[in-house]
This record gives sequence, structure tokens and C-alpha cells, in this order.
Amino acid sequence: MRRLTGILSVVAVLALGCRKEPLPLPAQISKIEAEPGSKIKGFYLVNEGNFNMNKASLDYLDIVNGIYTRNLYSQVNPSIIKGLGDVGNDIGIYGSKAFIIVNASNKVEVLNFKTGRKIGQVDIINCRYVKFDNGRAYVSAYLGKIGDPKAPNGIVAEIDTASLQITRSVEVGRQPEEMAILNRKIYVANSGGYSPSNYERTVSVIDIPTFKVIKNIDVAINLHHIKADKYGDLYVTSRGDYYSIPSKLFVIDTQTELVKKVFDVPVSNLAIDDDLAYIYSSQFSYVTGINTLNYSMIDVGKESLLTQKFISDGTEKNIKLPYGIAVNPFSKDVYVTDAKDYVTPGKLHCYDAFGKLKWSVTTGDIPAHLAFVY
Amino acid sequence: MQKKKQTSSKGFRLYVLTFSICCAIYLSPGHTLAQIPDTLIKANLLKELIINQVQLSRQNLSPTPIQILSGEDLKRINSLSVADAIRYFSGVQLKDYGGIGGLKTINVRSMGSNHTAVFYNGIQLANAQNGQVDLGKYSLESLEEISLVSGQHSEILQPAKAYASASAIFLKTKIPNFDENIRTSISATLKTGSFGLVNPSFSIQQKISKKLSATASSEYIRANGKYKFRYTNGVYDTIAVRNNGEVDRIRIEAALHGKLHNDGKWNAQVYSFWSDRGLPGAIVANKFDYTQHIWDRSIFAQGSLEQRLSKFTIMFNAKLSYEYTRYLDPEYVTIDGFLDNHFNEKEIFLSAATKFQAHKNLTIGLASDYSYQTLDANIYRFAYPNRSTFLNVFNAALQIERFQIQGNLLSTTLIDRVRQFGSAGDKQIFSPTIMFSYQPMKSSKIRLRGFYKDIFRMPTFNDLYYTFIGNAQLKPEFAKQYDLGLTFANTFKNMAITFVDLQVDAYYNTVKDKIVAQPGANLFRWSMYNLGRVEIRGLELNAKSGFALTNELTLGIGLNYTYQQAIDVTSSEEDNYRGQIPYVPKHSSSFLGKIDYKNWKLNYSFIYTGYRYNQKSNIIYNYMEPWYTHDVTLGYDLNAKKDVCQLSLEVNNLLDQYFDVIPNFPMPGRNYRLTLNYKL
Repeated sequence: MRRLTGILSVVAVLALGCRKEPLPLPAQISKIEAEPGSKIKGFYLVNEGNFNMNKASLDYLDIVNGIYTRNLYSQVNPSIIKGLGDVGNDIGIYGSKAFIIVNASNKVEVLNFKTGRKIGQVDIINCRYVKFDNGRAYVSAYLGKIGDPKAPNGIVAEIDTASLQITRSVEVGRQPEEMAILNRKIYVANSGGYSPSNYERTVSVIDIPTFKVIKNIDVAINLHHIKADKYGDLYVTSRGDYYSIPSKLFVIDTQTELVKKVFDVPVSNLAIDDDLAYIYSSQFSYVTGINTLNYSMIDVGKESLLTQKFISDGTEKNIKLPYGIAVNPFSKDVYVTDAKDYVTPGKLHCYDAFGKLKWSVTTGDIPAHLAFVY
Repeated sequence: MQKKKQTSSKGFRLYVLTFSICCAIYLSPGHTLAQIPDTLIKANLLKELIINQVQLSRQNLSPTPIQILSGEDLKRINSLSVADAIRYFSGVQLKDYGGIGGLKTINVRSMGSNHTAVFYNGIQLANAQNGQVDLGKYSLESLEEISLVSGQHSEILQPAKAYASASAIFLKTKIPNFDENIRTSISATLKTGSFGLVNPSFSIQQKISKKLSATASSEYIRANGKYKFRYTNGVYDTIAVRNNGEVDRIRIEAALHGKLHNDGKWNAQVYSFWSDRGLPGAIVANKFDYTQHIWDRSIFAQGSLEQRLSKFTIMFNAKLSYEYTRYLDPEYVTIDGFLDNHFNEKEIFLSAATKFQAHKNLTIGLASDYSYQTLDANIYRFAYPNRSTFLNVFNAALQIERFQIQGNLLSTTLIDRVRQFGSAGDKQIFSPTIMFSYQPMKSSKIRLRGFYKDIFRMPTFNDLYYTFIGNAQLKPEFAKQYDLGLTFANTFKNMAITFVDLQVDAYYNTVKDKIVAQPGANLFRWSMYNLGRVEIRGLELNAKSGFALTNELTLGIGLNYTYQQAIDVTSSEEDNYRGQIPYVPKHSSSFLGKIDYKNWKLNYSFIYTGYRYNQKSNIIYNYMEPWYTHDVTLGYDLNAKKDVCQLSLEVNNLLDQYFDVIPNFPMPGRNYRLTLNYKL
């Protein structure tokens, strides 16, 4: 009988399936329309991956040859323990290096931008966004110190892009988000998102030579994105409080360092190219229980809302949750990512300059942040 | 007494030996102690035998599938908490975050953990906040029986709550059952082993008078929660030690059990639980260590009274409960310091039920429950909700020869109120159930059974009101269940095989308006929606048998197998349309084997969970490998003059397989436990 039970359990495993030899997760390739004449080689796309799932991933689009590669990182860097990590939050390319901010993995991952191979890593707790100036990378992070209940403020850290060492660090507002750099000054949008009863409402101005906060510009509560146009203005998004105070877009004149204009449109994210700002928003109403999507454009020269749309063929109805946007500065193609429900692979859509859908491709989970490779 | 043993028939002894698995000590203590060991053993064996027969008939006569682990069987499986034991049931997925303190919830027949209610001595352990009961919190030490019923019990006399969930787990504590001349019994246990575990427990049962007895039991668990885990993709291969898994827990409970004239009975009980524990987080790239901490305090008092009055039987149940949870996150610094959330949940529960024997073939029943729940929390924009629930159920059972049919209609009236912001308002829902059991041939013990049940789960307070996430517009989530099964049970005399018990059930469930979290404006802002539709087709097989090879060598085996196709049919436009839903394996199985020889007992168990996906899309990036663990226990009984001492050594996950149930929450590899139990 004992033999029978032994046989039974062996049979059970054989019939039901055993574990396989572990293997690195493979890359997958999709073909899209090639653009041999493109002035941009392609771009990297960071998929955030859901929190705790360790599913941040890196995709690459070769625009010239029309090849989309999903999950490039694991393929190129199989020896990195647990891969790219948890919640990819930003990517920037500087010189020959790509810097990927991996928020919940507390690291800035530095890759060779041509091959995607890992060169190094800079550990920064709860890091959020990256920008570059003069051979240095600047990274915003939610917390300066861990384990100090009296230190709610975030920081901006300065990294030497050659040695990959943190050179300086400065305390800014609470839960700082995106930064813009103009004239040797860093403008960082503070959110205060950890204390919803008391959101931050300023943009901190850091003077790079002294690396000190020289000013806090009062804007609105719960700031998030900040983008510079070519006229020296900053476009700053406020998330509002998700209840009674709606999301809005504010324009700061960097000459006066004051808000000079408010656009009463909700903004989740935007991309500015030349004279145009491309905007989308998703707003959840606690009254109706419905999420509303909206797409709009602004002429940043005239500082006026346009009636034209960057998706004109009605295909925006296929987008469940717009989550990332970038504009090709040469072809004026617009890339919009769809994060869908966060727990299924997303989509990347490409619209031409007239707002017609050119192609769509499946991405990783929560496609979000793009960086062009020239 | 010795003589009597000598003269007992061979068949009787076979029975005794088989069912009791070799000179075990019957779990419900009392009666065992003040006698000489041999007699004692026999008495216990008798109890075991009766329990087994009762259990067999309960399982096989029930129109709804019931799985039971009780008495000696429950004691022998390698388990610390209810969650460990439940893995041996079919149709069950345990969501286990790993470690002693890790959250462990159960998903029965793929309908989602909120569709399973958990009852403690007949009264529900409700959780209005998130609708889930952490089964890891409930120790096996004080329990006599765990059962899982799909659908509902066919018992007529029970609180209306027992009709109000898609499936239910019943936890029953030991009830004193004293022999004539015994007044006190004591049991002390010490467990120690891996994870830095120190787990002493103590229980006492006291006969106060002929009609009144008392029990008290307490337990302390301390563990550092450290264990090795391993992650590899074939290129990298890393081993680390789980941190922040320390656990400190105290449980104290006491009960009075009384008997009344005419088979009436009552009981009153108090349960309290203190827990301090670290919260081990997800093992993600570059972050293995965590600092979050959780404190739980829970206390409840409940009582029950049952009395027969001619053709009527009445039953009253009542409960008062208070639960406090504190969550501290030092990695989340607000302007007021670390994130430090406090939650207070209170509940009042009152129930009356009656059963009326209208005719010798017809029984009708009525049950009516009222509960009132409130939740307070120190979080931003909190709604401070309260909920009144009225459950009324009418029940009728008809027995025509070998055919039994039973139906009920449940009325649920819900009244939600909030101190500020929007509330879900009032709801009125009717839910029918019908079930049958039929024995086609008088000569054969094969029975056919089936049920249809229409039920729903209310959105929890978190679903509706949690700041930023909650959506007060949510509708209830509805589940329909269809089940058809066959059962067979038989006991054999004077044969090497002593009993056979078979249950096979096929089922089809649908879940609509499934409550799922969907993203809002960004990663921190999720909202709840009624979005999903799921279709579940499943097959469950349970087989058990016992063998008495010689007078001193007995064997028991049990096999469970579950097949489940649980597919997402929310929208045909989505890529994952008709894909298997997350965390549900197509195949899962468990095997239990036990061998008893003289004073030695050997247990072996095997659990298998097939491949599954950890997110909606059935793609390689979401694929999770099957896992299977082998657990072995060797026990020895030392029978001294007046007392019994048991020693057992467990080796769990013998082959040291590293796996996750929830991705990035590693389960322990091979681990050990030593148990010393002493009874007086």
C-alpha cells in the first residue's frame, strides 16, 4: 500500500506537470512600419509594472527598421538579481548613458544606451524623476532620510554622470516630482502627496552652482509635471485634491518666477514640442464613480488653448487610460501609451502629425516613460 | 477494565485501531485522564470511531459538499494555523504571503476570498473593513474541527448568516465531554523549531456540576520569522534571509458550557487576541528589507442557547466584538511623522432561529439576524461608515424515502450610513438556494446530490469608503453556483480495508459585477469598480480510505484533486478574454498518508499546485511555476500511569523547494518543528 501511495504521488506530479529549469524572461519582437528616413533612431519605453510585482520592464523601438522589442532589459542583463525592479518611474538619456529611475527598487539604473547593457547603479531611496545639466544628472526623491519622523522633505540629488557617484544633495519640498532645468536652475514641482490634508503648493528653485534652494514659487496644491517651452516658460500641472479641487495647468514665467497664466483644463501629463503642448487627462469623479478622459492642445507661443486635437480619427476611444506621451521632434508623430487596467500589458499608439493612427503595438505593464535615441 | 479489553471482539478492535490511528489521545481531553492507559486508549478509540462514522455520514448525506478535518486527523497534519490545515481541502486556493505572520486568506472555487465566510463556534468572524479573515491568526491548538462547506450547511437550525455566503469555513473549539468520575483535565504543549518559534500553550477543562463545565485555553507564539529563500532565473541565483517577519502573539479564551432539560444547551465564550508583527514586504530588485509593523487587538464575547420545546426547537446567538489594527510605516513620512494608521471596528450581532417539525417528512425553519458594524480610522477624509444588516431566511426540507430536497429564500436588508461624504445607501436583495440528496438504490450507499445557490457579497467598507480608493456607487458582487455530485461511503468489518469514502463534485459558477480595483489618475489612485465577469467550471475529487494490516499496524490515505477552469469573460475586446483568472491553477491536488505502528505514528503529506498566472494575461511574463511540497511527521506516544506524553518531529517542505504563492513573497524552504504535548 505504501508503494501504491508512492506511485500515486509520482503519477500525480507527472500527470500534472513539474517545474521547469528556470530561465531568464525572454524578449519578444513585433514588427511595425519601418521609417528608413527617420532622423531619430528610436526610443526606449519604460513600463512601470504594478507595485510589488517587480515587473518594471524596458522596451525599445527601432524606428528606422520598424522593430519593437519588448522586455529588452532581462534579455540583455540576465545576471542582474530580480532584473530592472519594481515600478520604473522615469528614463533620461545623457551622453552614451540611459538613466532609469526605478522607484520602489530605490535605484537609478545606468545602461549603455546603445546596447541596453547595465553599466552601473546609483542607490537613491524612493527616487522619482531625472534631468541632466552640464555633465550631471539630477534626481528627485520623495524622502531625504529614512527612519526620521521629523524629516518629511524630499531631496534633489546630483550625480556625476561619469563616475556615477552622488556629488551633492539638497532638501526641497515634500514628495518632489518632476524637474525642469533652465539657465543653471532646477525647478522642481513639490506634491506633498504623503500628507493629503496639507499638500505642498510650490515649485522649489535650486541654484545649481551653489546647490541651494533660492526660492519657492507658489503655484497650486499637489504639483506633478513641469515642462519648459522654448520661450523660457514652465508648464506645471496640479493634480488637485481628486475631490473638490480639480486638476489644472499653470504657466510660470522664469524671468519673474511667478505664475503668469492658468489653464482651466485638467492635465495628467503633457509633452511640449516646439510651439505645441500635447495634453491628456483622466479625472475620476467620486460623485459619479466615472473616469473621464480628455485630450487637448495648447499653443505655447500664443499661450492659448487650441480647438485642434492630436488624435483626429476617433481612435482615442480605444485608449482606456492614457499614461505616457512623447512627440517626435522631426516627424511630429505623437506617441501615446495606454496603461489599460494596470494589470494587463499596455499599448503604444503612434499618431501622425494629422492625428491619424499609424500603428499600435503591445508593450509591457503600464507603459509610461519614453526617451528618444538620436 | 483490563479484562474487558481482552474480551473485546476482533472486529471491534479492528475498527478501533483503524479509526483512531494507533493509541492516540482523543483530542477533547477530559475523559482520558484518570484512568489507566490501556482503558484510556480504548475509550479514545471508541470516540474516534464514533467521530469518524458521524463524519462519514455527515459528509455523505449532505446535499452540499462538506470537507471535514477533525480530532486526531486535524492534530496529525503539519499545521500551526487554520490556514495550513485548509490546504488539504479540495477546491481551495490559499493566498499565502509566507511566514508565520504573513496574511493567509482562502479562495474557494475561484469566486474570490470575500465569498467565503468564517464561523467560530457557529458565529461569523466578520470583517466589515476588507471582508477577509486572516486564517493565519487562528491557531489549531484549541480547535476540535475545521470544516469547509460549499454552498451552505443543510442544517435547518442555524443563524441566517450561515446562508449568506457562497461557501463557509466552520471552526469548532473543543467541547468538554467528561466521564463520570473526572473533574479536571489539563493539556500543555510546547512547540519549537525553525523561524525561532517558541509556542507554549495550555488548556484546562473543569467540570463544575453535572450541567455545567468550563474551559480555558491560552497560547503564546513568538518567532523571529527568519527563513532562507532563494530566487533564480538560471543565470542569477540568490539566497537571502527574510527580514521583518517577527511575530508576538497571545491568545486567551474561556468558555462555559451548560446543559438544560430536554437536550437543551447553552454556551458563553470570550476570545481575545494580541498580535505584534513585522510586515515583510515584496522581495524586489535592490530592496529585500522592510520596516513596516502591524498591531492587532481583537476581543469578542459570544453566546448561544438552544432548546427544544415539543415540535419546536429554538436557538439564540449573540456576539459583541471589537477589533483594533494599527499600521506603522516608517518609510512613509508625513508632516505628522511616520504613517501611523489606526482602525477600530465594532460589531453587535443578534440572531434567533427556529425549527419546526411540521410533519414527519417536513421540517421548516426561520432564522433572523441583525448585525451592526462600525469602522473608525484616523485617515484623511474618512467617511466613518456604519452598516446595519438584517438577514431573514425561510427554510424548508422535505424527505421522501431516499430523496431529500431543501430550499430557502434569504432576504438581505442593508442600511449603510456615513458621518461624512457619500454612502452606499440602502439595499434589499433576495437570494434563493435549492439542494437535494438522493440515494438511488436502497442496497447501495451511493448518493447523488446537487445544489443551486444564488448569493452575493456586499462591497466592504474599504471598497466603498476608503479615502481615494473607495467608490460608494458600487453594487454588490453576485455569484451563482451549480453543483452536482456523487458520494459513497462504507465501513467494512473483518477486512483489511476498514472504510472507503468518496466524494466527486462537478460545478459551474458565475460571478458578475466583480469588484475590482482599477487605476485612477496615477499609480497611487486606484478606484473600485463593478467590472469583472468570471465563469468557473470545476471538478473536485475526494477519496479516503483506511486499512488495518495487523492489529498493530494501520494505514490511512486520503487524496484530493481539483480541476478548475476559471475564465475572465468580462469583455470580448480584451486580450485576456476567456483567459484563466490570476492565481487559479488548472490542477491542484493533495495527498495524505498515515501509518501507525504500536506507539509510533508516521504522517506524510503532499500538496501540489499547478502552474498559474499572477496577472490577468496568460503570458510568459505572468507565468508562475507549479509548486509541490512534501511534509513528514514522526510521532511517539509515551503512556505513563496517569498521564500521556506525546512527542513529534515535523519536517516540512522536505525537498527544500523554493516557491511563491504570491509573487515576490517567498515561502519558506525546508523547516522543522518539534512538538511536546503533555496531558494530565
